[in-house]
Amino acid sequence: MTESNMPLASNDSPLRAPADAGGLAAVLPQPPQPAYTKQDFTSDQIVRWCPGCGDYSILAQMQKIMPSVCAKQNIPRENVVFVSGIGCSSRFPYYMNTYGFHSIHGRAPTFATGLKSTRPELMVWVVTGDGDGLSIGGNHLMHALRRNIDLKILLFNNRIYGLTKGQYSPTSEMGKKTKSSPMGTVEQPINPLLIALAAEATFAARSLDTDTKHLQETLERAAAHRGVAFVEIFQNCNIFNDGAFESFADISVRKDKTLILEHGKPLIFGKDRNKGIRLKGLKPEVVTLGQGITEADLLVHDEKSEDPTLAYLLAHLSEPEFPIPLGVYRNVSRPTYDQLLQSQVETSKSKPNAGNLQALLASGDTWTVE
Amino acid sequence: MAGRERSPENEEDSENAKTESASNIEESMAPNTQVASVPKEVEDRNREPENVIIRFAGDSGDGMQVTGSMFTHNSALVGNDISTLPDFPAEIRAPAGTLPGVSGFQLNFSSLDIKTPGDAPEVLVAMNPAALKVNLSDLVPGGMVVLNADAFGGNNLKKAGYVVDPREDNTLAGYQVIQVQISNLTLQAVKPTGIGQKDASRCKNMFALGLMFWIYDRPMEPTIRTIRQKFGKKPEIAEANVLALQAGYNYADTMEIVPNQIRVSKAQLPKGTYKMIMGNEATALGFIAAAKVSGRPLFYGSYPITPASDILHELSRHKEFGVYTFQAEDEIAAIGACIGASFGGALGLTGTSGPGIALKSEAMGLAVMTELPIVIVDVQRGGPSTGLPTKTEQADLLQVMFGRNGECPLCVLAPATPGDCFRMAIEASRIALTHMLPVVLLTDGYLANGAEPWPIPRVEDLPKISVKFATDPATYQPYRRDPETLARQWALPGTPGLEHRIGGLEKEDVTGNVSYDAENHERMVRLRAEKVAKIANDIPPLEVAGDAEGGELLVIGWGSTYGAIDQAVGRVRRRGGKVSAAHLRYLNPFPANLGDVLSRFEKVLVPEMNLGQLRWLLRAKYLVDAIGLNKVQGQPFKIKEIEKKIEELL
Repeated sequence: MTESNMPLASNDSPLRAPADAGGLAAVLPQPPQPAYTKQDFTSDQIVRWCPGCGDYSILAQMQKIMPSVCAKQNIPRENVVFVSGIGCSSRFPYYMNTYGFHSIHGRAPTFATGLKSTRPELMVWVVTGDGDGLSIGGNHLMHALRRNIDLKILLFNNRIYGLTKGQYSPTSEMGKKTKSSPMGTVEQPINPLLIALAAEATFAARSLDTDTKHLQETLERAAAHRGVAFVEIFQNCNIFNDGAFESFADISVRKDKTLILEHGKPLIFGKDRNKGIRLKGLKPEVVTLGQGITEADLLVHDEKSEDPTLAYLLAHLSEPEFPIPLGVYRNVSRPTYDQLLQSQVETSKSKPNAGNLQALLASGDTWTVE
Repeated sequence: MAGRERSPENEEDSENAKTESASNIEESMAPNTQVASVPKEVEDRNREPENVIIRFAGDSGDGMQVTGSMFTHNSALVGNDISTLPDFPAEIRAPAGTLPGVSGFQLNFSSLDIKTPGDAPEVLVAMNPAALKVNLSDLVPGGMVVLNADAFGGNNLKKAGYVVDPREDNTLAGYQVIQVQISNLTLQAVKPTGIGQKDASRCKNMFALGLMFWIYDRPMEPTIRTIRQKFGKKPEIAEANVLALQAGYNYADTMEIVPNQIRVSKAQLPKGTYKMIMGNEATALGFIAAAKVSGRPLFYGSYPITPASDILHELSRHKEFGVYTFQAEDEIAAIGACIGASFGGALGLTGTSGPGIALKSEAMGLAVMTELPIVIVDVQRGGPSTGLPTKTEQADLLQVMFGRNGECPLCVLAPATPGDCFRMAIEASRIALTHMLPVVLLTDGYLANGAEPWPIPRVEDLPKISVKFATDPATYQPYRRDPETLARQWALPGTPGLEHRIGGLEKEDVTGNVSYDAENHERMVRLRAEKVAKIANDIPPLEVAGDAEGGELLVIGWGSTYGAIDQAVGRVRRRGGKVSAAHLRYLNPFPANLGDVLSRFEKVLVPEMNLGQLRWLLRAKYLVDAIGLNKVQGQPFKIKEIEKKIEELL
């Protein structure tokens, strides 16, 4: 192969002009997208997670929802990018038949930030885990969230280090015995949603690998959000931390031990839909409906509240006293980092004489030698 | 640059003002000039010298960087060749009047082609006793000392460690001393503006500048313009500074503080239009130019760090060129975002200094593995660790060459002068974009903050950078290579049918799929090394200044030592010494003819501001018994240091 017969486009091809992306490309009418199928988002790579891993379900739900996400938002498949760090979860991009970048440990949000900043028309997903996102990459996660850059960040939380074969993670429960903590950990775990809320994430949600319908809905809602979307997905590692979520995720107890959040609706749960959460002073409590307690006494979910107090309260609910809330905790609208940056660049480019390199080089005080 | 602060100078310095002696202004009007026995050569030079080296020194709050910059700028505008050496402490504001708080700015202005800020100052402007104490030993015998007499009160003397007032013992014997009550005269001069004591006191640097303007017969108008621009929003402060400048000038004139004004004629620079440029500014402009000629948007991700931050500042002002700047949360995020932008088709850039390179190293490896075009600027400073943040050094060469896990070669370039940063920034971008790999641009603190006259290039003369992207799904393979350069193709997200995945795991040759195959790994390791080596076919050969056919001694350097080496070799050659010079701008790969050049000389001398890093590479690769001249003092070489070593070896 010589250079001349390599299939190449020149740099003045209008197709390949990311400088204008988001400016010109965003306003041009897009041709209708072909109807994709799940197969269109399935790459030719052999999936190498352990049999029985929760990651399979998350991958399947993602591949299922992408056709409808692309159709609804009129995004062609080639404009979808998955970026990941290191860890079991971070193999995800290899299995999606989209553009993908498997980067280095903890840093996925940084690569995604550079990409999204310069190519705002792309839909950029970040796939990370509890070690990747909260331990080595905690700093980047926090800053991507606070900037409200339009990334969809999925944190697969299995409360263990899988790829390094079973050490405790920052979300492992206190006292957990692992290879690196034979006498039990002496560390307080971190709650991913509380990190997201503290960083003022404009979208924060939680779902479960085995609740495929809920997971699909949650991923679709994250995809539809404009701004940073953070989704914690409880994901079972059947090799090193099997059954980590069984106490509330097992189908036999799930309805009694989880609470599905719905905007504008009272916080009701239980297989008989007769339990609810109400506020006593500043503290939540579980109550049973009937015996003088009605729906009107319960807290009503408001994901659109600018004030994150309710979302904090929900994120703090934990076993065994409370059900585990699943769904969208927070969903508010704020200008995105990529929009604001793009707008500064576009405004500057519309100034008279913008882009005149000769004028820039010759600016300031000059003198001429004859 | 004039009017641009290098450190937060020219700001409040009330403590110092309080300690200044409040002697009677009338008494101070007569300059106290002691002219000691001035050596003959200094006296001759004073009439119409070819060049003058001035050092302005004072407290970090005295505005010495601004004063030096303004004098430099003025000298450039009147047509002198110039070269500068700002030298300031890392502390933003060390305690006033103390030795660690002394900030200096050395400037060489000349009617000849000069390439360094000069070995030793001939004139020292000392705004307080500490500035005198720190700098006096550098002054040439018989040199001129201009003192702010008001600052030589008891407490300031003590803080500087003087037991006896240096003006009253033999400390200043042999120098031409000019004492002026700069503080009090400044307060008098700015009184009409009605500004407060603090603001008024801060104008004393302009009074000192006015004194120097008269001594060297400089026009004040360009500087007055600059002052008015700088303080545009505070007209009374602008007025006070102008009044102080004029007062200094008029005072010097009235008092004739030197017997004759001193004139340095215009330099005979090649024809053209010039401006004064500093290294970091030139680097930023070079990147903007590279983005323009390559048609790529520019993305610069950076975390603030001395002495690289000015590149971020400069680029962030030029969004009208499609420049995206990102102040990252840390060094790793800065390069991560840069690689992400490059994946999306931008010219991805990041800049830092040595400590930042340490943090970026893993991501640099990822850029090598994913074969994406990025440029990493390392504005070197004194190390290791935090080291000497504001001082210069060249000790990151081996770090950028080898400081990564695995066999991880990348391209390394180094500009030679502040203006050369422009050209080499374009060159780094060109190599990255056309060879599809990371390139390190090694500048240093001396280049970054030093200034020189810069012939403004014409845009049509800039190199062309042709960037091509893959578009054909039928033939695209992520790791298929151009046979000439071994560059892989750039396929941008958004291109239909080219969806592919890349990452840090080893790639299968051609397909880019993850591969743990033993032979494939070795093939890929060799391919990545060969790809860097092939850049040698695309760069100019090394030129020898002097005897191209060879000779007794070759002095070879890289980076900012260029000026001192060039001048030292020139001096020895004029005396008949058989010495030549060569300067490496390409450090990995080396120019193809380097081995041949080295073999033509009996001896090879490598002056470096480190313990011998280039020498180590030359010895390893060419088996040449190179001799080192090594200086690690946070200061650039003096011409005479290199000259002396050359003499020793000839």
